[in-house]
Amino acid sequence: MSGPNSDYDPVEVTPLRADEVEAMRDAALDAIAGAHDLGALKQVRLDHAGDRSPLALANREIGALPPQARKEAGARVGQARGAVNKAIAERTAVLEAEQAERMLAEETVDVTLPTGRRRRGSRHPLTMQSELIADIFVGMGWEIAEGPMVEAEWLNFDALNLGPDHPARTMQDTFWTVPAENHVVLRTHTSPVQARTMLTRKPPIYVACPGRVFRTDEYDATHSPMFHQVEGLVVDEGITMAHLKGSLDHLASALYGDGITTRFRPSYFPFTEPSAEVDLRCFVCRGVDSDACRTCRGEGWIEWGGCGVVNPRVLIACGIDPEVYSGFAFGFGIDRTFMFRHGLEDLRPLFEGDVRFSSAFGTEI
Amino acid sequence: MKAPVSWIKEYVDVPEGTTTDDITRRLTMTGLKLEAVHSPGAAITGPLVIGRVLTKEPEPQKNGKVINWCTVDVADANDTGEPQGIVCGAHNFEVGDLVVVVLPGAVLPGDFAISARKTYGHLSAGMICSARELGIGDDHDGIIVLPADAGVPGQDAREVLGLDEEIIEFEVNPDRAYGLSLRGIARDVAVSVEGASNFRDPALRQTPAANDAGYPVVLADTAGCPVFVARKVTGFDPAAPTPAFIADRIAAAGMRSISLAVDVTNYVMLETGRPIHGYDADKLTGPIVVRRAVAGEKLTTLDGVVRELSAEDLVVTDDSGIIGLGGVMGGETTEMSETTTSIVVESAHWDAVSMFRTGKRHKISSEAGKRNERGVDPTICEAAADRVVELLVAHGGATADPGVTVVGTPPAQPTITVAGDKAARVSGMEISEQTAVEALRAVGCEVTGTGTLSVVPPPWRPDLTDPQDTTEEVIRLVGYDKVPSVLPVPPAGRGLTRAQQLRRRFSRVVAAEGFTEVVTFPFVGDADFDQMRVPADDVRRKALRLENPLSSEAPLMTTTVLAGLLRTAGRNVGHGLSSFGIYETATVTVPRGGATRILSVDHGPSADEFAALQAGLPAQPFHLALVGVGAAEEAGWWGEGRTADWADAVDAVRVVADSVGIDLAARGVDHAPWHPGRCAELSVDDTVIGHAGELHPKVCEAYGLPRGSVAAEVDLDVLIERGVHLRPAPTFSTHPVAKEDVALVVDAAVPAAEVEAALREGAGPLLESIRLFDVFTGEQIGQGRKSLAFALRFRAADRTLKEGEASAAREAAVSLAAERTGAVQR
Repeated sequence: MSGPNSDYDPVEVTPLRADEVEAMRDAALDAIAGAHDLGALKQVRLDHAGDRSPLALANREIGALPPQARKEAGARVGQARGAVNKAIAERTAVLEAEQAERMLAEETVDVTLPTGRRRRGSRHPLTMQSELIADIFVGMGWEIAEGPMVEAEWLNFDALNLGPDHPARTMQDTFWTVPAENHVVLRTHTSPVQARTMLTRKPPIYVACPGRVFRTDEYDATHSPMFHQVEGLVVDEGITMAHLKGSLDHLASALYGDGITTRFRPSYFPFTEPSAEVDLRCFVCRGVDSDACRTCRGEGWIEWGGCGVVNPRVLIACGIDPEVYSGFAFGFGIDRTFMFRHGLEDLRPLFEGDVRFSSAFGTEI
Repeated sequence: MKAPVSWIKEYVDVPEGTTTDDITRRLTMTGLKLEAVHSPGAAITGPLVIGRVLTKEPEPQKNGKVINWCTVDVADANDTGEPQGIVCGAHNFEVGDLVVVVLPGAVLPGDFAISARKTYGHLSAGMICSARELGIGDDHDGIIVLPADAGVPGQDAREVLGLDEEIIEFEVNPDRAYGLSLRGIARDVAVSVEGASNFRDPALRQTPAANDAGYPVVLADTAGCPVFVARKVTGFDPAAPTPAFIADRIAAAGMRSISLAVDVTNYVMLETGRPIHGYDADKLTGPIVVRRAVAGEKLTTLDGVVRELSAEDLVVTDDSGIIGLGGVMGGETTEMSETTTSIVVESAHWDAVSMFRTGKRHKISSEAGKRNERGVDPTICEAAADRVVELLVAHGGATADPGVTVVGTPPAQPTITVAGDKAARVSGMEISEQTAVEALRAVGCEVTGTGTLSVVPPPWRPDLTDPQDTTEEVIRLVGYDKVPSVLPVPPAGRGLTRAQQLRRRFSRVVAAEGFTEVVTFPFVGDADFDQMRVPADDVRRKALRLENPLSSEAPLMTTTVLAGLLRTAGRNVGHGLSSFGIYETATVTVPRGGATRILSVDHGPSADEFAALQAGLPAQPFHLALVGVGAAEEAGWWGEGRTADWADAVDAVRVVADSVGIDLAARGVDHAPWHPGRCAELSVDDTVIGHAGELHPKVCEAYGLPRGSVAAEVDLDVLIERGVHLRPAPTFSTHPVAKEDVALVVDAAVPAAEVEAALREGAGPLLESIRLFDVFTGEQIGQGRKSLAFALRFRAADRTLKEGEASAAREAAVSLAAERTGAVQR
């Protein structure tokens, strides 16, 4: 910075004349207003507000003025430069906003394009049906028990009051394993899990056992050598058939909707006595004008499963004192439950593994 | 068991207006379950009448057949009163006979509409019917000729033919053996059906006293055969026809009419439940002896099969040797035939268990066996034999021999002690002791005592042995429909176990990775292992074998879930799907050489016995298997797609392991069914959990999968067991991070994981993370070499790193990698 000019030329300095400064300012403002993008504005800034712009150059001349004139000129130039800078800032903001808007507009896509780059997975409906049933039991405060599919003959039969000469044993079409003297079978029901539970827990017992079971049925629309069932078992003091009915009614309404109840028909199972077959009120026609109902075929009721009071002989074989405890047990098909709920008439798609079948059910039913 | 309603009503009165539906509903609720109601006439509509043959003119035809041009009087049934002209192909009738005529407008079974039609040069207006045409029998040899007193021409023929009959078919459970007889069914009707009364027991009859003049019988095994009654008839006419009521009723019950003698024994069996056997008396030599067989003895049974006997089989013998398999099936040598004129009638009680075993052993399922193995009333042997004799005399012209042999005594009935309030306690209903006693008496029990009841069940109820049995009877009679609905209150539950939760989690995680769950059968054969290229000595081939597989090609319980999954993948490709991922979780069966025992049922097994039972079963680990075919990511508007490769299979398993906080170690191995150079053996610590990678090209080919398809199979039980249960909350530094990249050149055979492990260890505690971000091979690197580029991030927990600290750590990492793996920094 140079010192004050004491050796000044009293001649008037042209660029600092008021009209000149105004002209420079107006030229700058015109140029700013005329800049249509940030690139043009940048040039305008250099031209009209840069170090070599007319106003900057004029500013440098202030020192050449006599002291009394400096103040006036300084104010004049300063105001002009301020106005130019302000206009540049404002124009910049406008152009930046415009550019941002333009950029977003240019980035617009067709959101109706397909988005599935990744393959969708899904779960098997029987897995989900089984979980759904288990969750109902858990909600009732029961626990879920499990056991192996390849099972000891004693647990599958003898412990359940199905001795070697029991006529009912021929009702079970059992897969036997080699050698026979190992007494190992593919479990024909999930009842051995009940036996295991009684052998490993003390009453009170409130468990459900969902699982895979096997019978030597030829594979067709309504039979499969492998299927799924769930059984419930309660062993506690003072347990009666009324508790069995109450539990089944609750399950029926939880699975099939409010108001769906059950009824008992006498039956025979070696592991329970009294034994009953349990029917479900048809959840489609609800027993009203059943004749036309395809789900229950005009019956108003649907065969659901088997149940009964645990035979004291079973309690004894499983180490539980029948004088102190009593219990009930029931079982029904998971596959059948699924088929009814979802209107599947031929069970084979459940086991054929066509991806399109499972995919139809997603990951939760 | 099929029972005509009219036959039931012969032994019990039901109130007017009681329908078959009323009867079956009540019987079902007390234990005899309705299977179906058959009505043979239901498929016949329109005029079916009795006609009298007026004329019959045989007319030989060009084709050699002779037809009969008949006129038949049907009175006004044809609305004209004129004789009906009908062409008939049968010849077993004469002018004057009463026959069954179906008139135009009627429809016979099979939607066979009758109309007047021109045939053999006549207008034949209707048809003279055979039993088969009416759907009431198999007899097609001729038309039905009715007895002369059957009715008058023009009368509806339905009633005469029993076409209005309803036949109830029952499903008889093992505890309802009495339901295999009209006697038992009628008794249940009397007990159960409202207003039914006056049960007339067909087995209650005066029988002649036993004497010494009967056919000699010796019981050498009274446990197997406690009672044997023998009666004899002579002068029997073997040509005597079976009366219609017997033939019709056994046909209704589903049995074939054979001859009068055989039909009578079957009829009495249906009537009383007691199987009867008839011997041709002239073929018997010497006394009948009942004993157990000697192992290896042989018998040709009635069905012509030569049977080698077991020491447990009960046999009937005479001087000639074995003449029958007691209670199950008679022998050929003493069989009744078309020349039999003298008959020895056997009515014996047999041990049910022995019957069951013999039937099972020889795979004989007979009507007699079915009843004997369920248990028959042992007190009615004499009555049943007497009834047979009565019918043979009445319809076969026979004479009853005065000799009556009765050997042995029926076993005594047990006494059951049961609390008077037990039915109330078991059912949850208010059942008074008096109600219980009345119910038990109604089903035939003798009941004495109060508070504690002594119950002697009737002899036709061998199933009633336990207090629980009599309790069930009481509750059924009170009514299952009256059981109230009460929800029991369990102690608070603990929800799903961790293993159960994890199994669900694993399934969801794999599905989220784009795989679809399937369920397959666990049955495999050697061909499956061959297709998977499993080596001959591989442990997976040592699978549990089924005694009775559904298919001889799949007699084994699979040791690998992939066997079913690969087949399923192939099927999906066959269905036209080109890109998909499938998975299955299931237990597999791994034999471990154990055996289980049949334990006592009189008490619970000891802890040791139960443990031994467990140990005797095959191991059954819970596996996950998955198969990926085609694109992992489809090509689309976004650009190129990506074909699934070995890494997708490995990563799917890693994601599962990550979900329980387990970082799996991988190692390249050669393991079927995978590509020998593209298979990762995955392990937790030192436990191998399974394999993942690209499938062997030959395996792909064998299953019809595109080359490059990928698969994995792992044991999830290990992940459940080793999974981190309570993961500690992490702490992390917010001080600045220092990033260092290194590129190391190693021999191509050096696993990247080894290099990374060396770097990790060498870098020390400042290392926050390490990531392999590039693998490069090429001329610059050199033949057989590869360059691995790692990004390392360093950070201190408590301070900003000083200048040079990060690079020093990097140098340390590189030098350890160089030392361990021969890595050279690029």
